[in-house]
Amino acid sequence: MDFGSLFTNVVAEMIGPTAIAYALAAIGLNIHFGLTGLINMGQAGFMLLGAYGFAISTIAGWPVWAAVLVAIAAAVVFALLLGIPTLKLRGDYLAIVTIAAAEIIRIVGRSTSLSSFTGGSNGLLGNSFKESFSGASPFPDGRFSLGPFTYSMNDSNSWWLRIVGWALVALACLLVYLLMRSPWGRVLKGIREDEDAVRSLGKNVYGYKLQALVTGGVLGALGGIVFTLASSVQPDSLGRPVTFNTWTILLLGGAATVFGPVLGSLLFWGALILVRGLLRGLVPETILSTQQVEQAGWVLVGITLMLLIVFRPQGLLGDKKELAINVR
Amino acid sequence: MQVIAPPGAHVRRRLVLLVLALLTALALPLLASGVAPARADSAGPCTPAADVACIGGTIRTAAGDPAVGVVLTIEGSGDPITATTDDTGRWSAQVPEAGEYTVTLDVATLPAGESPRDGTTTRTVTAELGKTKGALFPLGAAGAGGGATSGATPTASASTDDSASADASAAATVPPGSATDETGSGETGGAGTNRVLQLILAGIIFGTLLALAAVGANLIYGTTGLSNFAHGDLVTLGGLIAFASVQWWHLPVGVAILVAVVAGGAAGWLLNAGIFAPLRRKRIGITQQMIVTIGLALALLSTYMLFFGANPLPIVRTISTRLTIGPVQISEQSLWSLLIAGVVLGAVAWILQGTRVGRATRAVADNPALAAASGIKVESIIRGVWITAGALAALGGVLVGLYLSTIRFNTGSALLLLMFAAITLGGLGSPLGGLIGALIIGLVVELSTLVLPNDMRYASALVILIVVLLVRPQGILGRAERIG
Repeated sequence: MDFGSLFTNVVAEMIGPTAIAYALAAIGLNIHFGLTGLINMGQAGFMLLGAYGFAISTIAGWPVWAAVLVAIAAAVVFALLLGIPTLKLRGDYLAIVTIAAAEIIRIVGRSTSLSSFTGGSNGLLGNSFKESFSGASPFPDGRFSLGPFTYSMNDSNSWWLRIVGWALVALACLLVYLLMRSPWGRVLKGIREDEDAVRSLGKNVYGYKLQALVTGGVLGALGGIVFTLASSVQPDSLGRPVTFNTWTILLLGGAATVFGPVLGSLLFWGALILVRGLLRGLVPETILSTQQVEQAGWVLVGITLMLLIVFRPQGLLGDKKELAINVR
Repeated sequence: MQVIAPPGAHVRRRLVLLVLALLTALALPLLASGVAPARADSAGPCTPAADVACIGGTIRTAAGDPAVGVVLTIEGSGDPITATTDDTGRWSAQVPEAGEYTVTLDVATLPAGESPRDGTTTRTVTAELGKTKGALFPLGAAGAGGGATSGATPTASASTDDSASADASAAATVPPGSATDETGSGETGGAGTNRVLQLILAGIIFGTLLALAAVGANLIYGTTGLSNFAHGDLVTLGGLIAFASVQWWHLPVGVAILVAVVAGGAAGWLLNAGIFAPLRRKRIGITQQMIVTIGLALALLSTYMLFFGANPLPIVRTISTRLTIGPVQISEQSLWSLLIAGVVLGAVAWILQGTRVGRATRAVADNPALAAASGIKVESIIRGVWITAGALAALGGVLVGLYLSTIRFNTGSALLLLMFAAITLGGLGSPLGGLIGALIIGLVVELSTLVLPNDMRYASALVILIVVLLVRPQGILGRAERIG
């Protein structure tokens, strides 16, 4: 059992694109759930739309900034389509509608009839849309080592992606910090605590909810772009489990906090790699094969989610008084 | 710069391969028309030899084009093997030893609008050393082209070619549309009306099974207000237990169904006693409980994959007789499933409407506090509902597994949203509405294949779910007071 390399793997995962992508998605979910109290069970759908929007428009020859705008626009449209009809209904309806809508996107995306656009269930290969992003890097090509971590400077799973990704996370945190202190953010919190009270003050609750849904969805789409820039657009890799993981991350770090989602993502991925590494190192191959170790990791994620929501719904950083999880 | 050279060579090699593949594709019509020249050079990865046994075949769409990228799983002795069809629709796999193997077609990888013509996705093949045995999957609209050879497994007529050479797989190539591998396909030759009727029948069967699987979720919602996201995994549990009973412990199917139902009921009891009853006592909010079911769903799903792997598992390996009733065909197995589901649903409806327990359950659903005040033991009613829900979900899982011919670790969770769609459409908390909703969803799912690609049919049901929530959130038979 090589603890040195296990530790390196854990840290590498914590600074890697997956943790970044989930942190962005969880910050978006925090705006939905932590600030506004909306139960969005389709965050993976926003991520998948962002990924498709970015990749397809890049393949069509659009520059990076335009492709990112397409991804954002796709998320905005999706949020409006979902939100306009459902935000007037009770909370658990929004949960079922969002999860169904995310599934629709995945099913349509993996359908063979659209494979000329989406690549069907094989998805879009990373190399077909990564060029323009790595081309936008100001750094020289080649590989770069920082301590034990060696990645290529610009290609695919690169330092460039990590730098841009963490910069996005920092910007998103700043945005949430500013929003929480703005009058707009206070209205959102008011909606979360008591919708009718806010309505009686003459605020347009419906409009505020819609704005929150759009903002969080756009952050989800950005997460989706980071996620696919490290690998490829594969509809089944952004399915329902991704949404559930994002929820676990948000509840682990602490909803309604600025750094909760980021801390949650770091801990979630670090712990997952640590547990898998320990199981792989300590349990003989004959009892648990490599693939089974992976599944065992997900079993633990599910159990963690159950325990968290019951025993510590405010997560690590949250304030229990601030978090009223109620159907509305 | 040294690094650059090999990729270049690689590209060139790939180009050559591509050209070869194209040539083979062009040559295929010749093969199909029975000319079958020796083509041992490109027979795919498996070439039979004295110590090598192969299973192979060619899959083509109803129009006769090669179906590229279709994934098949071959299970028998040793680890499961997957094979993928190449540019010519051809696939082959080398199996570790002679013996019986089950070839399962992954329907999700079929080209749009295609499905196995006889509606089954598994074939049983006896592999022999030095030979390639065929496993044929004629494609076409489901049910439109008649069934497999009645009574026997399709392979009985498929692997007639025993000449020990590589062209066995080529000879086993039967273009869909030619009736050489079928008998009794005359009366269902694929006329338009028959296809619609066949799809309607398939929709009714699927809808009834869906109703059976979903009724438990509806009862739980009705009595406790909880949307149980782990219900799909209770459905999977039933199918997997039935698979283990039949294939591992060699129990007869009838006994396996009983085992699965008992296990499902036990699982329902355990979930209530171990998780949800304590949460209700702690007065944990209903939304928190819903997120608990989501974590539970994730944990159960991964546990199933841990123990059963990701491959489709056939509960029964034999292919059941297909009966022809007027213009439609139904397999004996599906008919039995339909009957069992119908009887059980009827029994549930009778218990709810006609017995004291049923009245008590409805009272709890209406108003738990009032029910408790009038002497009903609310907790024991809820316990009963959880046990019933688990047992019914497990029964639904077995029947769905038999109907789809295989069960996978995610069969139930893939159906979860369809179940939600069914009970939302019918009216949350209304069991009769659930049945109506499930039948509508089943019909829509099957009939949507008339206009939509086959792999998008579940999406159509989810669109209905969303539209219903917008237009009539309480559903067909639901009460308006339930909406916020």
